[in-house]
Amino acid sequence: MAIKDYIRERFFPHMWCPGCGHGIVLNGLIRAVEELGINKNDIVMVSGIGCSSRISGYLDFHTLHTIHGRALAFATGIKMSRPDLNLIVPMGDGDALAIGGNHFIHAARRNIDMTAIVMNNRIYGMTGGQYSPLSGYGILATTAPYTNIDHSFDVVKLAAAAGATFVARSTAYHVQQLTDIIKQAITHKGFSVVEILSQCPTYFGRKNKEGSAVDMMERMKDVTTPIGSKAKKENPDLIERGVFVNEDKPEYCSEYNKIIERAMKRN
Amino acid sequence: MAKPKLKEHLINRNWCKGCGICVHFCLKKVLELDSEEKAFAARPQDCIACKLCELRCPDLAIEIITE
Repeated sequence: MAIKDYIRERFFPHMWCPGCGHGIVLNGLIRAVEELGINKNDIVMVSGIGCSSRISGYLDFHTLHTIHGRALAFATGIKMSRPDLNLIVPMGDGDALAIGGNHFIHAARRNIDMTAIVMNNRIYGMTGGQYSPLSGYGILATTAPYTNIDHSFDVVKLAAAAGATFVARSTAYHVQQLTDIIKQAITHKGFSVVEILSQCPTYFGRKNKEGSAVDMMERMKDVTTPIGSKAKKENPDLIERGVFVNEDKPEYCSEYNKIIERAMKRN
Repeated sequence: MAKPKLKEHLINRNWCKGCGICVHFCLKKVLELDSEEKAFAARPQDCIACKLCELRCPDLAIEIITE
């Protein structure tokens, strides 16, 4: 199937700004699904609110555009009633970790089989450039005109500590790795978290003098490194890319089915 | 397997927003922006059909057709 078979062409060109990294995530996600050969009617995409969450409108899967931060809660309901379907939950950094922070850690703790994609552009783009829990210390935002004093979460460490059984990170620049990681995450049985560093040239880039979308992508190349690389040992500030956690643990829906069986035997 | 050979760059001008990502990251400097800030293949003969422009286009506006 071609790329166009997976999108709702009537909504294109999309609403994202020129050079927005979210479009690259959309591009990579489609290729991952295409390469895996999953029937698009077996995929449910659930998103919340924000620039990133608009992605569900552009894709021709079963899609649900829900409320801010609660995409994982809706997705949990769908997965519990239809465990045969593949759940993909794209979220923004604010959507996933501020508004939806609690849903995020508890979905990870339960190890329910779905793929959470955190499209991390470190800002609330849709509402005008407010800082998010992933903006980080020293960053400028509309709501932090004298720099942000909040430290950011490390999505990878947070997800791993909360119990996610697949945790990975890539960037909008590293498109081949991005597609490969999304493929692994979708295939993984359990709660998968994929953090993708994405550029927001309109707000984050402009506020922090990081230049154009191209400059921001060049920066992704400079500030990241493969897991365990020599460069990381020499410069601990580098952000690692790759698969951090990939382990087997009982999955929530399978365990729930066992409970149903046990309960039925008692009657 | 033989290397894929370029047939044409299919660029959707209605979807291209002229961000320049394809132009900048093309290894062979094949693409350019025209006067309307839309990407076009200025030197298609240099294209090695690596498809990185197609993969990196945030607007899904590029398709590399190979023979």
